[in-house]
Amino acid sequence: MNLLDSTPANNSLLNSAMGSERTQYPYVTGTSVIGIKYKDGILMVADMGGSYGSTLRYKSVERLKSIGKHSLLGASGEISDFQEILRYLDELILYDNMWDDGNSLGPKEVHSYLTRVMYNRRNKFNPLWNSLVLGGVKNGQKYLGMVSMIGVHFEDNHVATGFGNHLARPILRDEWNENLSYEDGVKLLEKCMRVLLYRDRSAVNKLQVWFFSLYVSLGLSSGYFASPSQSSSSKWTHE
Amino acid sequence: MMICGRGIEKLRWIREDMMISLDVFLFLLRFMRLIQIQMSKSAIDVPPKGGFNFDLCRRNEMLFKKGVQPPSFRKTGTTIVGLVFQRLLFLFNQLHSSFSIFYLQDGVILGADTRATEGPIVCDKNCEKIHYMAPNIYCCGAGTAADTEAVTDMVSSQLQLHRYHSGRESRVVTALTLLKSHLFKHQGYVQAALVLGGVDVTGPHLHTIYPHGSTDTLPYATMGSGSLAAMSVFESKYREDLTRDEGIKIVSEAICSGIFNDLGSGSNVDICVITKGHKEYLRNHMLPNPRTYISSKGFSFSKQIEVLSTKVTPLKEKVVVIDGGDAMEE
Repeated sequence: MNLLDSTPANNSLLNSAMGSERTQYPYVTGTSVIGIKYKDGILMVADMGGSYGSTLRYKSVERLKSIGKHSLLGASGEISDFQEILRYLDELILYDNMWDDGNSLGPKEVHSYLTRVMYNRRNKFNPLWNSLVLGGVKNGQKYLGMVSMIGVHFEDNHVATGFGNHLARPILRDEWNENLSYEDGVKLLEKCMRVLLYRDRSAVNKLQVWFFSLYVSLGLSSGYFASPSQSSSSKWTHE
Repeated sequence: MMICGRGIEKLRWIREDMMISLDVFLFLLRFMRLIQIQMSKSAIDVPPKGGFNFDLCRRNEMLFKKGVQPPSFRKTGTTIVGLVFQRLLFLFNQLHSSFSIFYLQDGVILGADTRATEGPIVCDKNCEKIHYMAPNIYCCGAGTAADTEAVTDMVSSQLQLHRYHSGRESRVVTALTLLKSHLFKHQGYVQAALVLGGVDVTGPHLHTIYPHGSTDTLPYATMGSGSLAAMSVFESKYREDLTRDEGIKIVSEAICSGIFNDLGSGSNVDICVITKGHKEYLRNHMLPNPRTYISSKGFSFSKQIEVLSTKVTPLKEKVVVIDGGDAMEE
C-alpha cells in the first residue's frame, strides 16, 4: 500500500529547517464514541458534532461509517485524519473485492490493519490523531475493539473514547450484561450520552446510533440499519 | 536513613572495611567542621542554637541536579461527593383548589472514599476525609491532605468562637465565606478542594469550594480525581424527590464508582448524614475491598534470625562531645 509511505524520508532529519509536516495538534475534533456488544450484535453511538477549538462548528458530521460488509468504524479526534483513514480502508476493501474469492474482510482483520497503520504513523512521529472504535459481526461472531492514536489496541465488551472513558465507562461497567436486548442497549447508550451531554463541553444534542445485528449480516438484507439522528431529552436546571 | 536506588556512589568510605550512607557521612563531616570551628575561632564560642538551619540546602540542590526527586506531598487523591435530599409532599387541597408543598425530611448527605496517596503509593488505606466544622456542618476535603486538614481545623475554631460570641447555631454560609476568603487570599497555593454541607435554620445547604476560592451552590456535587466517575452516577440517578435511604444508596454508589474506576481513590466508603438537629457519621459504612485471604492463625515468624557476626564501634572515640547549649525543653 503505497499510500502509507506518505512521509518522505528526508523529513525526519531536516525537521526544523524545512518546516514540519507532522500533526502537532488536532483542529476539527469529534468527541466520544461509545460501543457495546448486545445479545444480537453490536451497538455504537456517536454524536454529530465537530468542534473547531472551542466553537461547535459543524453539527452534522457523521462519525460512524460502515466498512465492507461486516464492520462499523467510529472515530473521535481529528476529523480530517478520520477521512484519511476512510480512504485507506476504501483502498483495502477495494483490493479485497478485486480478489472476488467469496471471502471478505471481517472486523478482526480491519482492526488489525488499523492497528498497524496507527502504530506505524506514531513511530514516524506523525500520528493520525484519532481514537477508533471498530465493531462488527462475521460468521455469527461479535467483535468490538478499539485502537488509540499511539497504537494501543484491545478488544472488549464495551468501549468508549475520549471523555466517554471517564464518564460512560463507570455506567457501562455497572450496567452492562451479556443479554441486553436492542431496546435495553439503546437505553443504556442514551443514558451514557445524556451524562456526556451534561458534562462534556464539546458534546451536541444530535446522535448517530448504528447497530450491527447477527441476523442482518447473514444476508437477509444487504446492509445494516442506521437511525440517522435522534435528539435526546435533557434537563439543564437545578430546582 | 539510606538513599536508595543509586547504589554505591551514594556511599562513602570511612575506612576500608566500613561503608556508611551519605547522610551519616555528612552528619559526621558537620560535626568535624564544628569541632574545627570551635578550636579555630575561640572568640565565638557558642554553638548555633535556635533559628533555621540551612545546612542541608546545598546537599538537596546537589541531589536534585543528580536526579533524585524530593518526596512528593501526601495527597488525598480522591472521590468526595455531597447530595441534598428533600422529600416533597404535595397536598392538593380540594376546598381551596391549591397545592401546598411540605418538606417532610430534608438534609445533606456527604460521602468520601478513604485512600490517601503519596505519588504512586497508597500511604493511608483508611484515612478520614470528612472533617468536622460545627455540630451541624461537615466538610469533605480533596487535594493536599495537610492543606485540607489545616484549613478545616482553622475555620472550625473560628466558627466555635463565633458561636460563643453570637450565642446561635453556625450557618453554612458563614463557613463558606470564611473558607473562600482564606483560599482566595492564598491565590490557589493552598490546594484544598472542599465539599461543604450542613443544615442550619435556613435549611439544608451544599457547596463546593475550589482551591482558588470560587464556590458553587448545588443540589449534588463531586470533587477529586474520581469526580467524573461519581458524577456519571449522580447525573444518571439523581432526582429531586429522594428519601434519606435512597440518598445514602446513591451516594454509596457514586463513591463505589470512584473507588473502582479511579486509581486515586479506593478502600472504603465514609458517609455523613446531616438533618435538622441531628447528624450521623457512618465511618466505614461500606467495606467493598476486604482483605481476601486472611489466615485465622495469623503470621508466625518460624525461624530465629541468625546473627552471623557482631561488631560494635563506639563513635564516642571519634568525636568530641561539646557541653554547651540549653537542654531541650520537654
